Amino acid sequence: MLGKLSWDAIPWDQPIPLIAGAVVLAIVLAVLAWVVIKGHVPYLWHEWITSVDHKRIGVMYMLLGLVMLVRGFIDALMMRSQQAVAFHAAGYLPPEHFDQVFSAHGTIMIFFAAMPLVIGLMNFVVPLQLGVRDVAFPTLNSTSFWLTATGALLVNISLVIGEFARTGWLAYPPLSETTYLPGVGVDYYLWSLLISGVGTLMTGINFVTTILKIRAPGMSYLRMPVFCWTALASNLLIVAAFPILTATLVMLTLDRYLGFHFFTNEAGGNIMMFINLIWAWGHPEVYILVLPAFGVFSEVISTFSGKPLFGYRSMVAATLFICIVSYMVWLHHFFTMGAGGSVNAVFGISTSIIAVGTGVKIYNWMFTMYGGQIRYTTPMIWSVGFIFTFIIGGMTGVMLAVPPADFQLHNSLFLVAHFHNVIIGGVVFAVMAGLTYWFPKAFGFRLHEGWGQATFWLNFVGFYVTFMPLYIVGLLGMTRRLQHYDVAIWRPWVLAAGVGVVILCFGAVAQVAQLVVSIRRRHELRDETGDPWNGRSLEWSTASPPPAFNFAVLPNVSGEEPYWQIKRRAIQTQQLAAEPDYRPIEMPRNSPTGFISAFFATITGFALIWHIWWMVGVGIAAAYAVFVWFAWRDVEEYVIPAEEVARADRERRRARDAWLEANVRTSAPA
Amino acid sequence: MAASGAVALLALAACSGGVLDPQGPVSAANSQILLNAVEIMLVIVVPTIIAAFAFAWWFRASNTRAQYRPGFVYSGEIELLVWSIPLLVILFLSGVIWIGSHQLDPFEPLDSKAKPTEVQVVALDWKWLFIYPNEGVASVNELVVPAGVPVHFSITSASVMNMFFVPQLGSMIAAMNGMVTQLSLKADNPGEFHGLSTQYSGDGFAGMQFTLRAVPQDAFAQWLTQVRSTGPALDRAGYTTLARQSQNVTPFTYRTVDAGLFDAVARQEIPPAPGPEQGRGGPAIHPKPGG
Repeated sequence: MLGKLSWDAIPWDQPIPLIAGAVVLAIVLAVLAWVVIKGHVPYLWHEWITSVDHKRIGVMYMLLGLVMLVRGFIDALMMRSQQAVAFHAAGYLPPEHFDQVFSAHGTIMIFFAAMPLVIGLMNFVVPLQLGVRDVAFPTLNSTSFWLTATGALLVNISLVIGEFARTGWLAYPPLSETTYLPGVGVDYYLWSLLISGVGTLMTGINFVTTILKIRAPGMSYLRMPVFCWTALASNLLIVAAFPILTATLVMLTLDRYLGFHFFTNEAGGNIMMFINLIWAWGHPEVYILVLPAFGVFSEVISTFSGKPLFGYRSMVAATLFICIVSYMVWLHHFFTMGAGGSVNAVFGISTSIIAVGTGVKIYNWMFTMYGGQIRYTTPMIWSVGFIFTFIIGGMTGVMLAVPPADFQLHNSLFLVAHFHNVIIGGVVFAVMAGLTYWFPKAFGFRLHEGWGQATFWLNFVGFYVTFMPLYIVGLLGMTRRLQHYDVAIWRPWVLAAGVGVVILCFGAVAQVAQLVVSIRRRHELRDETGDPWNGRSLEWSTASPPPAFNFAVLPNVSGEEPYWQIKRRAIQTQQLAAEPDYRPIEMPRNSPTGFISAFFATITGFALIWHIWWMVGVGIAAAYAVFVWFAWRDVEEYVIPAEEVARADRERRRARDAWLEANVRTSAPA
Repeated sequence: MAASGAVALLALAACSGGVLDPQGPVSAANSQILLNAVEIMLVIVVPTIIAAFAFAWWFRASNTRAQYRPGFVYSGEIELLVWSIPLLVILFLSGVIWIGSHQLDPFEPLDSKAKPTEVQVVALDWKWLFIYPNEGVASVNELVVPAGVPVHFSITSASVMNMFFVPQLGSMIAAMNGMVTQLSLKADNPGEFHGLSTQYSGDGFAGMQFTLRAVPQDAFAQWLTQVRSTGPALDRAGYTTLARQSQNVTPFTYRTVDAGLFDAVARQEIPPAPGPEQGRGGPAIHPKPGG
């Protein structure tokens, strides 16, 4: 009846997951109870859960990403503290638990923290920057989000029901085969990534279509903001790479469920095939994350330097260069698997060549600052911190790209320090910069500046104190994923990294404090104009928060930096452009399709993990029924009357007019 | 600042015991190429970091002496420089990579007049088996080799993937079931060197550490004599028992080894070693290593 599921699945004898699970469950129940008692359920259902508005979905992605970032960070705390005490000792986490912790840390941070945060930013920003009302397929977008949430939920269920994979975040066979890990952990890993991977692929299709086919009138490719270019490159990589991930994991799933032999030791299975395939996805994945991060920095540095981006076309070229070359480097993840000198050399060289593209970007950011008037607000400080940190990360990356050097550093903590250097220094810094930069656009008030800077400094210092010692201990020969060790020269550096992670902990607290303080003081931080940073691209031309339809009238774009041009014109003529002719706007209807199909996907995934076959049938049938029901719906859209559009836009125009009055008309004409 | 940081970092790491404290020709060449790559990159990285900070500091909005040039958005000369300089550096580095990858291919034998000592390595769950085919003995989690003589390793795995690595002697290489990888190392002088697996392989992974003792030729002969006189014999049945999962195994030796045992493992004539045999709620829910 319940497959493999029984009371034994719950780790009654292990207090850590049990207490953690109980606390999380209590928090979730408390929040749900509060929502129900306060009567917020209809609001949540109509305005968020069933919303197909790209801005709402973007915010939900960010929320999911931030919560999972905290979850992954708690795993990191456990790993650092275990290694701090497990010198000539067993520490407090037995191997079977420690191994789950680091596997969950990697899986969660990449798939359920970094990906949602980056996709969330793209969701919120791209349609606004393109000057359009929504993405190409709004309901699909909602489904993507909820499928990602399903994956995250399944990974977290594994904390208390059964176990998570004990394989590392890429589940190399044959360790991940049923012979060596017959438990449900690897199955949790597989089904959560298979389900969320579908969501990510649909996001990729959605955004490629949006950017290629739906832009404001006049916005040619070479007038798109660089963030849109990087989003396009990133989503092209998603479309090309995620099917590889899905296919690879399906093959491993067939091995585990139906006795196939793709990657087993016996019967002609080949583990090296898995390792090649997973990295053929895995390396582009790095650029799926970091290219949009580059886009965020391009926007932030340009805005706060008060200059257009230096070498815009060069930036676009570098983005596409990285996008293409990132597909030709995967073998550098296993130089030590015994390929010959020529193969290793070719992949070492192609890897180093990527540094040319990133180098060009660094220089263009520097020359954007050159001749600027740099305002050091929180997003800009993150960006300067990024430039410095990323140069170091890039350098250690090229070190690892030299095969004979990699022969000594592969899988060491030097490698761990390197990829945290580029993922934290690149992606996380970008998310923090982007969060502070676009938060006022999403909610109509700024984040608190003091707490923002405190967050930056704590995380910046914490990052260096954590990962510089890991570079050193990697050079001392320490490999990753050690549950205990006896080598005395490693100890001081491991302890130093432990201190760093405590500082990062304060950084996380400061980040939460920033959000809390900002929400409490939202009235004094309010931005009426919709353009708090003196921005240059179209998202700043609409109100904060933007109306559901984004723009009352789709803007006419006649150059790069369209909003800067509009503002210049307004300043020169000392008045706003003439009021446009407001027309009714058709918008897509909210739809529970995504939420309901993800609900059944969760049930199906859980049933597959536990071999509850009747429930698998029910889940798939129900999810399919939802799909059919959605396909047969009659009314896709609703219309916002012209009067309402006009009312919303006139309010925005009043705020802009007040800004002109205060900043332009009172001072001498420009 | 980054340069001094990088130098300090390398200097610290070179003090003792790590990959920058090489004790053999392979690791010396590995770390030399590592340092060369760093030096090549510092030529470009240091000025870049200095310039980045200088621009960021000088052009702060509060600096009234800085000239605001909002129209400075493109310069063909600068674009030429920022594309060509990194490209040239990488081209130079590519030469280093190409030559280094061929010279330091782990499968290549070392240049030496002395005949290499043969060692066959089997990665087991979770210990290392070292077979000396010419001497007919074997050891677990302890590797004794003559100093000053190349050692040729043939490496396979009984079950899951592992990676064989002695940081101070150089290059690591994967151990995979049904396959044999090769590696040649040499310890210049007698000494004790820490060795480990660098590919996570399951619950007992952290215990897959061993000591490589490089000893003078006569001491090696003595060690062989001593090993031959004690300990069990390693036949196929003994191997099957050894191959079951066990953790943190204390080093021990075998006085004799069945000829062809390594080949039988590598060719899968002996089937791959088993996985866990018990677990909470049964091995199908939360498996635990046996033994």
